[in-house]
Amino acid sequence: MSEPVNPVEYTKKELPASMSKIATALIAIGLIGVILAYLFDTTRASFNGLVMLMFVTSIGAGSVFLIAIEYLGGAVWSTPFRRVSEFLGAVVFLLPLLALPVYLNLHSIFEWTHLEVVEADKILSGKSAYLNPTFFTVRVIIFFSIWILFYLILTRNSKKQDSNGDQNLTKINIKVSAIFIPFFGLTLTFAAIDWIMSLEPHWFSTIFGVYYFSGTMLAALSFATILIVYLNEKGYFVKGISKDNYYSLGALLFAFVNFWAYIAFSQFLLIWYANLPEETFWYLARWDGAWKYVTISTIFIHFLLPYIVLAPQPAKKDPKRLIVASVIILFAHFLDIFWLVMPTFGKESFAFGWIEIAFPILAVGLILFVFVFKYKSENLVPIRDPKLKRGLNFRL
Amino acid sequence: MSDKTIFAYSALFDSPDDIIHAAEEVKKQGFEKYDVNTPYPVHGMDDAMKLSPSKLGYVALFFGLSGMLAAIILTYFTSVVDYPQVIGGKPFYAFPGYVPVMFELTVLSAAVLTVATMLLIFFKLPNNRHPLHDTNYMKAVSSDKYGLYIEIEDEKYDEAVIKSLFERFNAKVIEPIYYDDTEVEHKNRIFEPKFIIGLVLIAVITSGTTYFTLNKLMFMIPFSWMMDQDKIVPQESYELFADGFGMRNPVEGTIARGQLPYEYYQKPEEAAVALINPLFPTAENFALGKKKYDIYCSPCHGYHGEGDSRMRGQFPNPPSLHSEKVRDWTDGRIYHVITEGQNVMPSYSTQLSREEKWATVLYIRALQRSLNAKESDLE
Repeated sequence: MSEPVNPVEYTKKELPASMSKIATALIAIGLIGVILAYLFDTTRASFNGLVMLMFVTSIGAGSVFLIAIEYLGGAVWSTPFRRVSEFLGAVVFLLPLLALPVYLNLHSIFEWTHLEVVEADKILSGKSAYLNPTFFTVRVIIFFSIWILFYLILTRNSKKQDSNGDQNLTKINIKVSAIFIPFFGLTLTFAAIDWIMSLEPHWFSTIFGVYYFSGTMLAALSFATILIVYLNEKGYFVKGISKDNYYSLGALLFAFVNFWAYIAFSQFLLIWYANLPEETFWYLARWDGAWKYVTISTIFIHFLLPYIVLAPQPAKKDPKRLIVASVIILFAHFLDIFWLVMPTFGKESFAFGWIEIAFPILAVGLILFVFVFKYKSENLVPIRDPKLKRGLNFRL
Repeated sequence: MSDKTIFAYSALFDSPDDIIHAAEEVKKQGFEKYDVNTPYPVHGMDDAMKLSPSKLGYVALFFGLSGMLAAIILTYFTSVVDYPQVIGGKPFYAFPGYVPVMFELTVLSAAVLTVATMLLIFFKLPNNRHPLHDTNYMKAVSSDKYGLYIEIEDEKYDEAVIKSLFERFNAKVIEPIYYDDTEVEHKNRIFEPKFIIGLVLIAVITSGTTYFTLNKLMFMIPFSWMMDQDKIVPQESYELFADGFGMRNPVEGTIARGQLPYEYYQKPEEAAVALINPLFPTAENFALGKKKYDIYCSPCHGYHGEGDSRMRGQFPNPPSLHSEKVRDWTDGRIYHVITEGQNVMPSYSTQLSREEKWATVLYIRALQRSLNAKESDLE
C-alpha cells in the first residue's frame, strides 16, 4: 500500500456574493421567459428547449469527459483545475428535468413520431425500427443514466481523496475513466443522432456524432476556462499555478477550435462534392433566406475569430484573452446548436425574439447556479490528489 | 596542438541545475557569443539565457501565407484560366474543393520552409560544417551531459576568467574546442569538374534508363506478351477470311437486336415526310422527354429552348427552338436533327434510344406550344 498523500496548503474562500446573485437573477429572468414561452407558443418553445437541452448536455457530459481524459492521459497541468469540471459536470443531474418539457412535446418537434407520416414514407418506415418513441425513450434514459452514473463514481472518489489521501482512488478512477470513454463516445454520438439529426429524419451524415462532440468538448472547456481564469486571478486556487498551466488550457482550446473547423468542413465538403439531393437539402435549408447569414457567421464566430484570438503564443497565457476567446466559443457553440436545430422549425427565415433570448439566459443561470451550489460543499482544489504537486510545479 | 585554431571554450555539467546557474552567470558577465547544448529541452533555460521570444513564428506565418497564396494561384490558373471545365455542374472556381489543396500547401510550406530557414541561419547552407561536429563535447551532450561553450570571437573572451567561472559551477570537463584542420581549409566543391561531371552522368543515366524502359523494354519479350495476344482486335486484318478483314459484317438481310438502322442519313427532307412520332402525348412520355431534354439538350438550348446556353461561351449558342422554322418542322425533321446532328450539334444516337428521342420531340413540341399557343388552346 502506498502512503497517503499529504494535503497541499489551501484555504477556502467564500465565492463573491455577486456570483450567486447573478445566477439567481439569470434563473429568475430565464424561468419566467421560458414558462411564458411555453404558454405562448409551445412548438417554438420546445424547439428552443431542445437547443437549451443540447447546450447543457454539452457542458455536463463534456465536463465528465474532461475529467476522464485527465485521469486517462495522466495530465498533471489540469489537476489543480479539475474540480471546476467536476462542479460543472453536476449539471448532468438537470438534464432529465430539462428534457421533460421537450419530451412532452416530442410530437410537435420530430416528424418520425407521426405514425401516419412514417407509414406513407418508405424511407421513414425503413428507419422505424430505430426511430420510434418507445426505443427513443429507452435510449434517452440510458444516456442520462450512464452520464450520471460515471459522474457520481468519478467525483465521489475524487472527493473521498480529499479526506483520506488514498492514492488507490486515483488508480480506480483511471480504470473507471477507461470504461467510461467508449460509453461516452457511443452515448454522445447517439444522443446527437437522436436529438438533433433525427429532426430531419431523411437526412444522414456519418460524421454527425463527431461534429457534435467537437462542439461539446469546446463548450465544456471554454465554460471551465472562464471560471478557472476568473477565480485564479482572484486567488481562489492554491499557490503555484503558473502561466504554463494557462498555456496548456489555451492550447487545448485552440486545438479543438481547429478540430471543430476540420470536422465541420469535412462534413460539408463531402456533401457538397457528391451533390446528392438526399444529403444536400439539409445544407440548402441552411442557405435559405436569413439562415445564409447565420451559416456564414458560424464560420467566423466558431472558427476564425477564436482562431485569431488564440493563435499567438502570448495569447494562451494572457488571462484576458483566454476569457475573451472562451466567451466567443461558448456563444459560438450555442449558435451552432441553434443552427443545427432551428431550421427545422423556421424554414427560410429564423425566428428570433425574446423566446430565443430567455432560453440561453436560463441555461447559463442554471450552470452557474450548480457551480455555486457545488462550491459550497467541496474544495475547489483536490488537495490530496497525488498529481496536484506536480501540477503546481508544471512547467512547459 | 599549437597550430590548431581554437573555436571556443567548453564545459560539461552533470545536472540541469548546474547548467542553468552557469548560463545565468555567463549572461550576467556580459558574454554574447555563447550557447548551451542539452540532451533534452531544459525548462527555464530561455529565462536563464534571457532569450527574446523566437521570431521563427513570423517566418512560419510568412511561409504559410505564401503557401496558401501559391495554392490559390495554382487552383485558379489551372481551373479558370488555363483549362476551364465544367465538372459536376459546379462553377469553374469551386472554392470548397480547393480548400484541402490550400490547407495542405499552407501546412507543407510552413513546415518545410521554416525548417529550411532555420538551417540556413544556423549553418549558412549549403555549408554543412560546424566546428562542434565530431567533438567529444557533442558526443557527451547528445547522451547525458549538459554543455556550454563560449566562442573565442566574444569580446570578453578570456581563458582564465572563463575557466574559473566554469569551475565555480561544478563543471566536470573543461576543454577548448578546435577547428578541424580539413574543415578550415575546406572549400565548396560545387563547381569542381568532378562534381559537375558526376551530376551530368547521373542525369544521362536516369533519363536513358527511363527512355529505354518506356520505349524499348516494354516491346520486348516477355514484357510485350500482354500487348501481343492471339486475338483479333478491331481494324486488324485476318487471313482466314477471304476478304482479309478481321471485323465481320452482319449476315446479309439480318439486323442485330435493338440495332434498327436509321434509313435517312443525309436525307432530312425524306425523314421529315416519312417519320411519324409513334408515341402518344401521355404524362409519362412528357415526363420522359423532359428528363432527357433537361439532361442532354438544356445545357445548350436552355431549359425552355430559348437558346440560353449554360456553357459559358465554350460553344456557340444555338438558335431558339421557338423560331417559326422549327415550329413548322414536322416531328420527323426534329427527330432527324437529334439523330444525325446539325452544324456544331453532334448526333445523340448513342445517348438516346428511339423511344427517348421521340419523347424528347414531344417535350420540345410542348415547349413550343407554351410560348406560341394555338387559338384552340384557349378553349
